[in-house]
Amino acid sequence: MGRLILEHTLQGHKGRIWGVAWHPKGNSFASCGEDKSIRVWSLSGNTWSTKTILSDGHKRTIREVRWSPCGEYLASASFDATTAIWSKHECNATLEGHENEVKSVSWSRSGGLLATCSRDKSVWIWEVAGDDEFECAAVLNAHTQDVKRVVWHPNKEILASASYDNTIKMFAESALDSDWDCTATLNSHTSTVWSIDFDADGERLVSCSDDKTLKIWRAYHPGNAAGVATPEKTTVWKCVCTLGGQHSRAIYDVSWCKLTGLIATACGDDGVRIFKESSDSNQDAPTFELLTAEESAHEQDVNAVEWNPVTAGQLMSCSDDGTIKIWNLQE
Amino acid sequence: MSLDNGGVAYGEDALLHELGYRNATDLQETIYDLLRTIRDPEKPCTLEDLNVIYEDGIFVMPPTRSNVSVRIEFNPTVPHCSLATLIGLCIRIKVERSLPHNIKLDIYIKKGAHQTEEEINKQINDKERIAAAMENPNLSELVENCIKDEE
Repeated sequence: MGRLILEHTLQGHKGRIWGVAWHPKGNSFASCGEDKSIRVWSLSGNTWSTKTILSDGHKRTIREVRWSPCGEYLASASFDATTAIWSKHECNATLEGHENEVKSVSWSRSGGLLATCSRDKSVWIWEVAGDDEFECAAVLNAHTQDVKRVVWHPNKEILASASYDNTIKMFAESALDSDWDCTATLNSHTSTVWSIDFDADGERLVSCSDDKTLKIWRAYHPGNAAGVATPEKTTVWKCVCTLGGQHSRAIYDVSWCKLTGLIATACGDDGVRIFKESSDSNQDAPTFELLTAEESAHEQDVNAVEWNPVTAGQLMSCSDDGTIKIWNLQE
Repeated sequence: MSLDNGGVAYGEDALLHELGYRNATDLQETIYDLLRTIRDPEKPCTLEDLNVIYEDGIFVMPPTRSNVSVRIEFNPTVPHCSLATLIGLCIRIKVERSLPHNIKLDIYIKKGAHQTEEEINKQINDKERIAAAMENPNLSELVENCIKDEE
């Protein structure tokens, strides 16, 4: 059994908080929400406080913020149809092109590529050409509906996207013509897929949905030992585990800890839950157990959760109730 | 033992009592009172006049320890009603804004009452779509006009 100990409750934003993101060093983080501002928080002594407020970049809700792997840049995705790139408290660049709300933004491992997605059903890939220069490398129209989330593979240039069309798609650059192609469509959820996250080595993906389930997907490469067919010598992603019955409303976010392998979820029933892979788990049909459930983690929907990338067991959550909470998992 | 059943019933009502309701029917009536005066986006009538909303369409779900959840069903006047999404939005905003406490709302079109029922149900229960719609000045003005109190 484990237990989530609440360490800090932070207030500052006005209204709903949509997103939180740890800085790669794990000693500061950014948050964003319906007040159209970004706050950068850091720890001094035993207190987390807002060090910077970035408030002149967007005209509507800021849905998501993400730090570049080097920690120098912060990208923000907004309902105003733009993505802003910030460096040292200044907006360096504004990426335009989406027709309406940008829902998510993600930096590739190298920091050389950026992906964005929107209600306009498209996923855009941008090449970082300079400090404040971004060139559109691809516009991917593979989804049939609103795209909710984009996440890069932890060490390869493979992009995963989750959509209101109930699917997850994988994209990679073709070696032949250097076009970005959809290489896999992951079908199994019965409603909107809100969020996805890879495990540490990128061989597995976890997804969460409006259908109240979590699903674990595994990559089967050509010539895999399990004998899973890989047509056209392309990696196949197979759903190997479905976790249902633990969440009572839509699951809005999921975070797979790269340090501990634990999975945390943010749910519309106000709860934060932690799942742990069983010790006797089989890789082709893994089993996960609910380690702990904080049923009333917040007073309203929990919109995002993220594990600290440096401090194992430290988890951050944010909610419609206007608070950010920092938790410590005691196993 | 009968005590067990009694215990459960008391537990379920406890949260409603805490929020100031006598029971589930009291909450149902409170919500109906909020909804009945919403004006139709097109006609000079209220949703109650048009039977788009009705008391039997409001279902108070058994509360959990910390959450009150309510399902609201509405019946568009015609099965191709192009304003069904807007009506769904009005219902949600009116209830969320008027009740002094948090509530989990699920809003659905009456089964079989609309040609694109499932599509609309999905859209009007997607919190991100709702939030974005309310930041759209045209859409938000339409909603405000439908839900504002009579002068």
